Amino acid sequence: MKRGVIVENPVLRLVLGTCPTLAVTTVASNAIGMGIAATLVLICSNTVISLLRSIIPDKVRIPAYITVIAGFVSIVQMLVKAFAPALDESLGIYLPLIVVNCIILGRAEMYASKHAPALSALDGLAMGSGFTAALLCMGIIREALGEGTLFGVKLPLLSEGGMMQPILFFSLAPGGFFVFGMLMAAANRLSRKKELPVRNGCGDCPAAATCSLSGHAVTGHSASNHGAAEQGGRNV
Amino acid sequence: MTFVKTIVTVILAGILTDNYVLSKFLGICPFLGVSKKLDTAMGMSAAVIFVMVLATAVTYPIQRFVLEQLGLEYLQTVVFILIIAALVQLVEIVLKKHMPALHASLGVYLPLITTNCAVLGCTILVTEDFGSASYGFGEGYCYALFCAFGSGLGFLVAMAIFAGVRKRMELCDIPETLQGLPITLIAASLVAMSFLGFAGVV
Repeated sequence: MKRGVIVENPVLRLVLGTCPTLAVTTVASNAIGMGIAATLVLICSNTVISLLRSIIPDKVRIPAYITVIAGFVSIVQMLVKAFAPALDESLGIYLPLIVVNCIILGRAEMYASKHAPALSALDGLAMGSGFTAALLCMGIIREALGEGTLFGVKLPLLSEGGMMQPILFFSLAPGGFFVFGMLMAAANRLSRKKELPVRNGCGDCPAAATCSLSGHAVTGHSASNHGAAEQGGRNV
Repeated sequence: MTFVKTIVTVILAGILTDNYVLSKFLGICPFLGVSKKLDTAMGMSAAVIFVMVLATAVTYPIQRFVLEQLGLEYLQTVVFILIIAALVQLVEIVLKKHMPALHASLGVYLPLITTNCAVLGCTILVTEDFGSASYGFGEGYCYALFCAFGSGLGFLVAMAIFAGVRKRMELCDIPETLQGLPITLIAASLVAMSFLGFAGVV
């Protein structure tokens, strides 16, 4: 669990699933909604893929995984539409886009295809929590600074009439990139002290061969970079 | 006349105001990953434009004539991602057989596009925007294709600009903590900010 949330946080350390991280974190409640939806999909898809791991032929495994994931995403989409229409409205296009979230495909390939169902479900839960935690972090920072509220409740210090005015920048697109960059820098800084080896998750991304990030110093550990390069080579 | 006007608006919106990468956060992975050199950035963008237009050309009629007619709209996500995946494979095979030169330049980027959220996002957004009954099929189809093309063009513009920015950045003395991805994201933030200036143009 700790591994999923802190050491191998999928967003801040493995740099997976950046699109939803940037897009839906304008307010904290959206961030949580997205996190929970993705976690649900991740647990279910990890379990099913792990159950099917001996049946799926190696050659067509990626399309098979995508189909499984897409099925669960549709289910979650319908559930959200039925029980949380407001959330559906604010997440919009990013809800169906969970299908192409590389965290989910990455975990299917990296973990679920090699481990037992129970372990895979647990891994899904851990990774999902890590994803949610990172999203929540971004959401809280951006909502507090950008709108002066937190979960829709006004913060007296940060809103109109308090110490400072809300800074619109953080609610807009550039603010998303900025906060994400800063958070990642903070995560790098903290982990550098502890010198924990981190596996680079990029190896599972189909883009690994051409992607400059996969062989690049995301974490600054040369060992992890070698691992990523090898993984990338194997995958493509 | 309104026809031409809408098309111009749709393309300009795709490039400037509704840029997929910089204002909708679609396709961030290739944006950060492949933008280090200008030529790879261009190759990737060309492949994205190609697949986007092609995917829209296939998914739009399917949405209108199959999914909507049969009341199967909830299968949209599954159907679209499978179509895109199959299409990308098909294009690769065809290119390899008949246009080896083009395959050599675009080929490596094609398989990467299947899991690119810009393509899936584009097909879903386009069917949302132009799929309603207020457009006739021919008209809506046309707008949808141009919208996909404009969005792809926007991706290309963002990639090209950002490749330039990153080239400059290589020569800079960056604090250790910010090296690598953090500084890239902050640079992306600045590029995105410059695109905010276009708000209201279209």
